[in-house]
Amino acid sequence: MSPWRVIVAAVLLALRGGRRGPAPPPPVDPRERELPGRGEHARRAELLTAALLALGGLAGMAFFVVYLLGPGHLTQWLGLALGLSLALLAAALIVAGKAVVPQEVAVEERAQLVDEQAEREVAELAAAGAEGVTRRKLLAGAAGVAGVGVGVALVTPIASLGPNVSQRIDQTPWRRGVRVVDERGRPITADDVVQGTFVTGFPEGASLRDLASPIVIVRLPPGAIHLPDGRDPASWAPEGLLAYSKICTHAGCAIGLYRYPSFRPTQPRPALVCPCHYSTFDPARGAEVIFGPAGRPLPQLPLAIDAATRELRANGGYSGSIGPAWLNVDRGGA
Amino acid sequence: MSARPASGDGRVPADAAPRRRDGGAPAPGAETVRFIDERVGASPLLKQAMRYVFPDHWSFMLGEIALYAFVVLIGTGTFLALFFQSSTEETTYHGSYAPLLGARMSIAYASTVHLSLDVPAGLLMRQTHHWAALVFVAAITVHLMRVFFTGAFRKPRDLNWAVGVTMLMLAVLEGFFGYSMPDDLLSGMGLAIAYGVAMSVPLIGGNLAFLFWGGEYPGAHEFTSRMLILHVWVLPAAIGTLIAVHLAQVMRQHHSQFPGPGRTERNVVGTPLWPAYALRSLGLLLAVAAVLFLLGGLVQINPIWQYGPYEPWLSTNGAQPDWYLGWLIGGLRIMPPLEIHFWGRTWIPNPFWGGALFPLVVFGTLYAIPWLDRRLTRDPRRHELLDRPRDNPQRTALGMGFFAWVAFVFFGGSADRVLIRFGFPYEAQIWVARFAIFVVPVVAYLVTLRICRELRRSEAHPLRGWSGRRVRRTESGAFAAVAGSEDDPAAR
Repeated sequence: MSPWRVIVAAVLLALRGGRRGPAPPPPVDPRERELPGRGEHARRAELLTAALLALGGLAGMAFFVVYLLGPGHLTQWLGLALGLSLALLAAALIVAGKAVVPQEVAVEERAQLVDEQAEREVAELAAAGAEGVTRRKLLAGAAGVAGVGVGVALVTPIASLGPNVSQRIDQTPWRRGVRVVDERGRPITADDVVQGTFVTGFPEGASLRDLASPIVIVRLPPGAIHLPDGRDPASWAPEGLLAYSKICTHAGCAIGLYRYPSFRPTQPRPALVCPCHYSTFDPARGAEVIFGPAGRPLPQLPLAIDAATRELRANGGYSGSIGPAWLNVDRGGA
Repeated sequence: MSARPASGDGRVPADAAPRRRDGGAPAPGAETVRFIDERVGASPLLKQAMRYVFPDHWSFMLGEIALYAFVVLIGTGTFLALFFQSSTEETTYHGSYAPLLGARMSIAYASTVHLSLDVPAGLLMRQTHHWAALVFVAAITVHLMRVFFTGAFRKPRDLNWAVGVTMLMLAVLEGFFGYSMPDDLLSGMGLAIAYGVAMSVPLIGGNLAFLFWGGEYPGAHEFTSRMLILHVWVLPAAIGTLIAVHLAQVMRQHHSQFPGPGRTERNVVGTPLWPAYALRSLGLLLAVAAVLFLLGGLVQINPIWQYGPYEPWLSTNGAQPDWYLGWLIGGLRIMPPLEIHFWGRTWIPNPFWGGALFPLVVFGTLYAIPWLDRRLTRDPRRHELLDRPRDNPQRTALGMGFFAWVAFVFFGGSADRVLIRFGFPYEAQIWVARFAIFVVPVVAYLVTLRICRELRRSEAHPLRGWSGRRVRRTESGAFAAVAGSEDDPAAR
């Protein structure tokens, strides 16, 4: 016998040791009711059940004591006490269910679901309800009209839940000359935005929670920027500053990640990334999608730098609709 | 007391349960029964219920675990509802959690932090509620797989299968609204995605999203109370009603059972409800509650005070939903950037594919399974005896293929965590997932088919080993498998 076969046999034996197939289940004999109280085994089970019940009760009281002793930060002890209490009671009931009360295998006949006689009678009764009615089609048609009409009337109030989508979704607080501020309302200057970081800006005076408000501003070397046709770098990337809507065009999360290569020769180029589904946008190329599920670029916001204060201002509106796509979304030429 | 006499056919007579003690004295409790009977006449029903037979198999407890998790959810959820305020009005935090002192936040968030850290036992209840939600959906899912792989969804249980699938869908929604209500950073990201998916529904998406949210995201003030009313009333009431319908159908039909000695399509063999099964099942209820409260007390979950309040312009990396939405985030993440756009309109925005169409296909398939099975097997009969998964290799293999498909979309959704933990490049993982969801289901199908056929041929048990085969000695002295028997490979 080769040593390999011995090893394989030994492994098989170890894995399957003692598991040579199930003993055939005893034939069903519902006449035997195994009764408790007949032996040492059952008496011990009764004692065990009683002990478990008592211990469970004690653990329950421990919960009460822990609760009295301290304020809510005793979560672990509370959970332990209540969990133990329930676990002990569960063990008590399962021991009782398996070893204290009579064990019995019973056979129950299934209900015959189909009763042909009753079925016929139901059909006849249903038909009898329409006996003597002559204009059935007319009545059925009128009932149909009534059903549809009342249905429509009952469903109509649902329209009150929300406004029509076209009324406001394309309004943004960004106009030419609106100052860019941070979340506390302080103006952002061109020098606040250095290469390798990104800054979140808002239109001065507008709600921060408006999806059209937040923008991300990054700075890239002007030579690396290749914006789509029609976006004059003087307005859309002054000094290499680029501003895009911070709301992802995929599903509306905030663009919270800025991937910036720490070693340019080997690492991928700068990208704005949404952490919800990792849509990845190239800020140097008008935020075109370079990976992930987003279907269109982030809308860009043209910027102007105040000559005296160096503060950033919007130099117009977005290049397209912000936020997740829908039927009439303006893709901004994408 | 002695063993009861049985009727000749070996079945327990209808009135078999011993209810009288020696000497014919009334059993203890007879007065209570009389009290009830004189008012509602419940004894015939009660007798039937107490003699109701449950077949014994561990896999029949999966549905019970889901039911008992629901009980814990109702209990803990009621406690939470007494403290939670759904308002999005802004407030300043003045609780006991120092890092948030003075922070501006919604009342919803502040009240959730308050009930977690300042209400005695509040955190225990909140964490137990969250764990119970995870276990609830998990138990439903595993129960559904058990029902599928054993063929229990066939007539007469096809209707109940649809009720169960509906409950799974409602449970997922219910869980999503539940963890979205605290208005913490993580939950806000989930709601933003839900808004994006709603917007992406072709043609009506914009108006659909505006209806739910009462306007553009993050929505009108009413939105959070809409979530609250859905989460604490509409959906639990719907799930509770469907549980009643589900159990009523089970009671009418009785449990299905695995084949075995004395078990036929016409009967059900097992333990009667009273007393043994009632005690065991109650024990299971307490065991489920025990595990959930131990988890809730000892294992932290969703520490929203660490996430901070949500603002639409904030997000965090490595964000993941509760597990039962992992397949949807996977669908959204591995979808290539495809949008159907022409004539100046976006007819199908991208989130529709992974966030709406994918779950539609999955749930549509689940609903269609009994009907598909009837069509493919041309078997309209009533089935009370279950298949072992191997007994129907095609069904088991198709199910495994379907399961592998959803599972690999799920894995695609966890690529960011894999990147953070193991450093595998994110984009490479997504590309693998994009191909794997086509390849792996086919492989899973073929491998499962092969395993099932092998198991059937050898009658081996995957855990217990080979259990033998019947052979016959021929006149010439050779041995051959008994022809036509269950063990004959040729007969399969």
